[in-house]
Amino acid sequence: MNIELFFQYIVAGITYGAIYSIVAIGFNIIYNTTGIINFAQGEFVMIGGMTAVTLHSFFPLPYAILLAVIITMIAGALIEIIFIRWLVNPSVLRMIIITIGISILLREAALYIWGEKVRGLPYFTGTSVSSLSIGGVHVSPQVLWVIGISAVIVVALNLFFSYTMPGRQMRACASNRDAARLCGVSASNMITLSFVLSAGIGALAGCVVSPITYVQYESGTGLAIKGFTVAILGGLGNSMAAVAAGLILGILESLSIWVMPTAYKDVISISILLLMLFVKPSGLFGSKEAASLKEF
Amino acid sequence: MGHQRYLQILGLISAVIAVQLFTYYTDTGHHLTQLTMSAYYSLVIIGLCLLIGYAGQISLGHAGFFAIGGYISAFLTTHNFLPYKDNYFISFLSKSGLLASREDLYGGQILIFHPWAACIAAVLFAVIVAYLIGGPVLKLKGHYLAMATLGFGIIVYKIVLGTEKFGAADGISDVPSFVLLPGVEITGKLPVRIMNYYVAWVIVIICMIILLNLINSRIGRALRSIHGAEDASNAMGVNTAKYKLNTFVLSAAFASVAGVFLTHYNGGIGPSEASVMKSVRYVAIVAVGGMANLWGALIMGVLLNFLSLRGYFGTYDDAVFGGILILIMLFAPEGLLRIDLFRSLKGMFLKISDSKEKT
Amino acid sequence: MAILEVRDLSRSFGGLQAVFNVSFTVKNGSIKALIGPNGAGKTTLFNLISGFLKPDTGSVLFNNQKIHGLKPYQVAGKGLSRTFQHIKLFHKMTVLENIMIGRHIHSKAEFISGMFNLPWTQREEKAIRERSLEILNFLGLSEMADAEATSLAYGQQRIAELARALACEPKLLLLDEPAAGLNMRETAEMAKLIARIRDMGITVLIVEHDMSLVMNISDEIIVLSYGQKIADDIPLAIQKNSEVIRVYLGEEDA
Ligand SMILES: Nc1ncnc2c1ncn2[C@@H]1O[C@H](COP(=O)(O)OP(=O)(O)OP(=O)(O)O)[C@@H](O)[C@H]1O
Ligand SMILES: [Mg+2]
Repeated sequence: MNIELFFQYIVAGITYGAIYSIVAIGFNIIYNTTGIINFAQGEFVMIGGMTAVTLHSFFPLPYAILLAVIITMIAGALIEIIFIRWLVNPSVLRMIIITIGISILLREAALYIWGEKVRGLPYFTGTSVSSLSIGGVHVSPQVLWVIGISAVIVVALNLFFSYTMPGRQMRACASNRDAARLCGVSASNMITLSFVLSAGIGALAGCVVSPITYVQYESGTGLAIKGFTVAILGGLGNSMAAVAAGLILGILESLSIWVMPTAYKDVISISILLLMLFVKPSGLFGSKEAASLKEF
Repeated sequence: MGHQRYLQILGLISAVIAVQLFTYYTDTGHHLTQLTMSAYYSLVIIGLCLLIGYAGQISLGHAGFFAIGGYISAFLTTHNFLPYKDNYFISFLSKSGLLASREDLYGGQILIFHPWAACIAAVLFAVIVAYLIGGPVLKLKGHYLAMATLGFGIIVYKIVLGTEKFGAADGISDVPSFVLLPGVEITGKLPVRIMNYYVAWVIVIICMIILLNLINSRIGRALRSIHGAEDASNAMGVNTAKYKLNTFVLSAAFASVAGVFLTHYNGGIGPSEASVMKSVRYVAIVAVGGMANLWGALIMGVLLNFLSLRGYFGTYDDAVFGGILILIMLFAPEGLLRIDLFRSLKGMFLKISDSKEKT
Repeated sequence: MAILEVRDLSRSFGGLQAVFNVSFTVKNGSIKALIGPNGAGKTTLFNLISGFLKPDTGSVLFNNQKIHGLKPYQVAGKGLSRTFQHIKLFHKMTVLENIMIGRHIHSKAEFISGMFNLPWTQREEKAIRERSLEILNFLGLSEMADAEATSLAYGQQRIAELARALACEPKLLLLDEPAAGLNMRETAEMAKLIARIRDMGITVLIVEHDMSLVMNISDEIIVLSYGQKIADDIPLAIQKNSEVIRVYLGEEDA
């Protein structure tokens, strides 16, 4: 085994892992306030990336990204307001099917708007061939962007949930919706906010990763299932654990190329999901008791 | 009760015959092709209806079972086993008459599985897979169950897509016809279109009778009780784990049988049959049919598949099914056939005006 | 003779010791009540006996047979059925169908026989239906047979749950707060009903907060507090037991 290649794979694994973590955190934010798994989470990433690419022909890169994130956030809010907000005590099955339907509609809309073409933003700094050498390992600057921005997202979310009023209210809703309501927190606004937030971070992730992986109208589904795998590995609802789990999955997947044809790469990570669900659905770090108290 | 069931079946039989006669006299026989395909898809859907609507267990992976059936029978009936004929196992199969010699397109001799043998192997394999994954999967509930079955479906999809022997992105073509009985064969050839229409519908009708009997039996009642309150059902002595597993396996068997037959009818199968979108589409149709409503599932299964196969939805095919899913789940979660649209719409407007007043 | 014998049963959730070292017996043909303040571990004890939870330590003997570690449906098959503190009727099924599920352990049709609607399964279905109607009649619910079970008035839902458990023809019936949410008249009727069930030869173990009901109908009472048994005696003695009085008065103070 070539040690340099090994590190190359590790870096690639961390890059993908960072994105999976962000998608997983998106799942967690909505799950915590609503108890819903939003099957359209991957589509937020796709829409963010695609919108940014289109806007980039009119605006400089930073503005294109900013606008794309805002547009996706608005889309997130609209989805919640149109489809979710007015449902009274919907069953889990009903919510699953509705969010699946939403993801299909978003995907088809993307197909209609952008076609089947694969797109990507340019590299934020340098080009696809430029690389930095870190301790002998060649790393594309975009990889640093992905890892850096993911880290910023995680830190910013933590600050938001600990120190701001809406952040604390969302946490209150997550731990006990009825009690929060009694204290004057509007649960439905918090739910809209959670959709806005996860749409926003998903879109940002889509923008930073698009120079490396490219995006296409179909990219969402794959990301969603990986993100869900990570969310489960970390324990549903636990965002910090999702970061660790994301890196683990990204690296495992990257290294799996050594033992399996690339075509089966996804088979590995989904098998990990199934194994985890069968053996310890509460996640690598979660306790069984905590998971059994939640209602699914 | 029992009489009503048989009257309904009689109605179905008459409808099947009436449609065929209608196409005969209006010279629209070409519609029978799509009606035959819809019939096979409906097998997946009524099986899934038992699982989702009655036992209350969602599956987002049933296209996987369809594909397992279709791909295995396609592979066994097209792959040339002649090079392995000295292999102990293959020669044993050959001697037991499970393999058949055939001429390929270029006149060479190839050794393939007899379609009956391939069919049994394919369904058996699907059943075994369903048993193996069903045990742990059905312990899960809600989102976890949905994601696990979705994961299973994606695994099957990625495997058929990534495997050269299964034709990768092209799938398997040139699947021979399936001689069910002397003179009765499943094939898409034009001269036997009418016969194939009836073959498909006889299979559907038999399966319908079996499922209608089942849901009206002690087992059907037990399944509904699992849906209604699983704990209580267990406390009443229902072996809920076993019943869920049996239902899962039964529905997987239906899906794989449909896969086998439709593959022979179409002469091939491609990876899109295993895709997530297909699984979602089956669930959508069960939902439109009213969840716990076998007749609804059958009617909607035939109708929507027929429209889709005839190309009525154009390039919006998937979007139509996505839209149907949302609309049904928002406004008529009990299904179209018991639509309560007015109340839900009113509820929505009240809510909206309510929230406006508050702000 | 004891129909149920619980020995040194313990169960904890994380750090919380919900049931600790509880032992008791239930005499055949008697009504035994299990009382204690909220959170004392009564429902947990029921769950341990009926197979919904596995004990950490200890054993449960039913007719001298080990039943701990069995699944709930296996426990039910041995002749022990239960009701739930929070009513768990089957949604989208009629009252009659709910009761018919109670006949499950006394019938045999399986997947294959069901699919082909064999003549003997038809006869069996008919028998299930008739017996279930009898039970509905006995409990005065026959008029509601075709109503959706979860649409009944609350008191009737409690009775329907009882009917469903009775349809199992159990030897031992566990009732978890059967009078919770009932008004005084309904509670009195429930008490009579339970006494009649005992007179039919069915042993009853009942959790109940309504003291008048408990004192009236039970032959013996166990008191649980913080997961531990603090008394196990006849009603008169329980009323005088200082420890029990302290636990209950202590609760009122809080
Ligand atoms: N599945 C569980 N997981 C964690 N804790 C539990 C679980 N079930 C019960 N508990 C805890 O165990 C303790 C005993 O609960 P239990 O329901 O047995 O009390 P109870 O005596 O039935 O009370 P009540 O009169 O309110 O019904 C409580 O503190 C409860 O929170
Ligand atoms: Mg209790």
